[in-house]
Amino acid sequence: MISLHHISKSFGAFAALHNVDLTVRDGEFLALLGPSGSGKTTLLRIIAGLAFPDEGYVRFNGEDVTELPVAERKVGFVFQQYALFKHMTVLDNVGFGLSVRSRAQRPSRAKIRARARELLDLVQLDGLGDRYPAQLSGGQQQRVALARALAVEPQLLLLDEPFGALDAKVRKELRRWLRQLHEQMGLTSIFVTHDQEEALELADRVVVLDRGVIEQIGTPEEVYMAPRSGFVSGFVGDCNSLPVTVRGGRAQFEDQALDVAVDRLRDGNARLDFRPHDVVLSENGHGLPLHVSGVYRRGGSWRVEGTVNSSGQIVEIDLDADQPAPQLGSQLAFSITRARVFAVERAH
Amino acid sequence: MSARLPNHSLAVRRLLILGALVFIGFFLVLPLVAVFAEALSKGFATYGAALVEPDAISAIKLTLLVAAISVPLNVVFGLCAAWAIAKFDFRGKSVLVTLIDLPFSISPVVAGLVYVLLFGAQGWAGPWLIDHGVRIIFAVPSIVLATVLVTFPFVARELIPLMQEQGRNDEEAALALGASGFRTFLRVTLPNIRWGLLYGVLLCNARAMGEFGAVSVVSGHLRGLTNTMPLHVEILYNEYNFVAAFAVASLLALLALVTLVLKTSLEWKFGYSHRSAR
Repeated sequence: MISLHHISKSFGAFAALHNVDLTVRDGEFLALLGPSGSGKTTLLRIIAGLAFPDEGYVRFNGEDVTELPVAERKVGFVFQQYALFKHMTVLDNVGFGLSVRSRAQRPSRAKIRARARELLDLVQLDGLGDRYPAQLSGGQQQRVALARALAVEPQLLLLDEPFGALDAKVRKELRRWLRQLHEQMGLTSIFVTHDQEEALELADRVVVLDRGVIEQIGTPEEVYMAPRSGFVSGFVGDCNSLPVTVRGGRAQFEDQALDVAVDRLRDGNARLDFRPHDVVLSENGHGLPLHVSGVYRRGGSWRVEGTVNSSGQIVEIDLDADQPAPQLGSQLAFSITRARVFAVERAH
Repeated sequence: MSARLPNHSLAVRRLLILGALVFIGFFLVLPLVAVFAEALSKGFATYGAALVEPDAISAIKLTLLVAAISVPLNVVFGLCAAWAIAKFDFRGKSVLVTLIDLPFSISPVVAGLVYVLLFGAQGWAGPWLIDHGVRIIFAVPSIVLATVLVTFPFVARELIPLMQEQGRNDEEAALALGASGFRTFLRVTLPNIRWGLLYGVLLCNARAMGEFGAVSVVSGHLRGLTNTMPLHVEILYNEYNFVAAFAVASLLALLALVTLVLKTSLEWKFGYSHRSAR
């Protein structure tokens, strides 16, 4: 089990992390999700021992490792650009972690090569051992980086934007494969991503970070369906935001009362978030008007873009693609079936 | 782009190329040819004699000694400085970068005078050194010191941009795999920078062997004792011994040519390996 306590870290005047607490369970697949500058990579590097917190401490299985450098933490780290050693063959890259051990613990050269071959088999790159990294595709390089990290038999695998540099199809395959590998080897894995879809698809739990603070920790379902803050709601998944006023526990958009319950919010200005799929068209013309300005297919639904008022507030809604697509310029009416209301955030 | 230039551009182009060639011929090739022509003007026997004469031998030996000390020193220094600048963030980094360039911007004569001021008989440490029987000025140590000062930017300047571009990821990856700092340097950093390092060493060596100004100030021009090759050339020249002067000079010119050839082939190889790394 890995636990972080009150971690803070600044780079000059920039506070990268502020008082972060986090516990990672054994065998868990955890995503650190956030926009750039949210501190997610810094957090990963602190767990690895590649960066050190200004305040707070890191524990592995209860043992304080805050001051322990990366070489002694026995973690596997996969870098964003893979950081393969260009002048070494793939086999030598994979065997590197074993070949730099102290003489007493170092396996024989033949054993290292055999182990490296096994790992290449595991990442489905058998036969490419004699190539150089530059002769491999991005996805293959990624897998070499993984094999290299796994060679030292880490309990904890850390991945920094593991799929960032790959094209969509390769990315999808690798994701699935990584998930399998994680389970097969009984690893605890933490990966950093800015791609919410990736986090929701792959992770057991998602940690959403913004400006150095954890906004929410939860399963993908919790984070998507019950975002705890306006930031999480807007960052995870597609989301429409309407400026509303709250009066007596009801939300009102311009002069139209919305059928959305609001608790825990004082009267005044607020923000109402709803997902594009959390709407129904109303047959009788009641509800919010939508002036259709764009329609495209998104899998099994139409993604309809339009404005909901004269001031041009844009909203996206999903409609069943079994129905004919709405005409451009036509007027629809819809009501919101599920929404969340957040207090308007103060300017930062 | 060039296809759309008007017709007379061909003439302009030829004129420019011709101009450049004439310039290079007049200022570079002609002097080089003149050096060898003058050196060999009295035949190979005289040429050879000028090179094996004891003072010449001692000058060549001293030059090699100075290069053999100052180049490795500057390799170590250059590696340390480039490593520190490229891989760490610290206060005063830009000051250090500027200081490394200092020997390029000050006159070598000043570089020499600094050591006279420090270690000369009238200098700060002079009396103490004389009391303890240590000779620095007008002796080999000062020549090495002056050469080290003048040549120290070469390796560092070559490595800093290279190491900055490569970043820290490779080293961090090696450390994460359990490698010690020294092993990481040996097995990851050094292979990554080997061509740039070799290139810097070549330039540093060429300058170390050819340095005149700074060395001239501190050497004392003691024949057979503190004369390097460039100083020896000057002495012979001042004695109107032109053939011998040019014979020794031709060795230096040869060194320059060998350096140039090596540098060009390295650039080719360096550029090539650089591209394939992407």
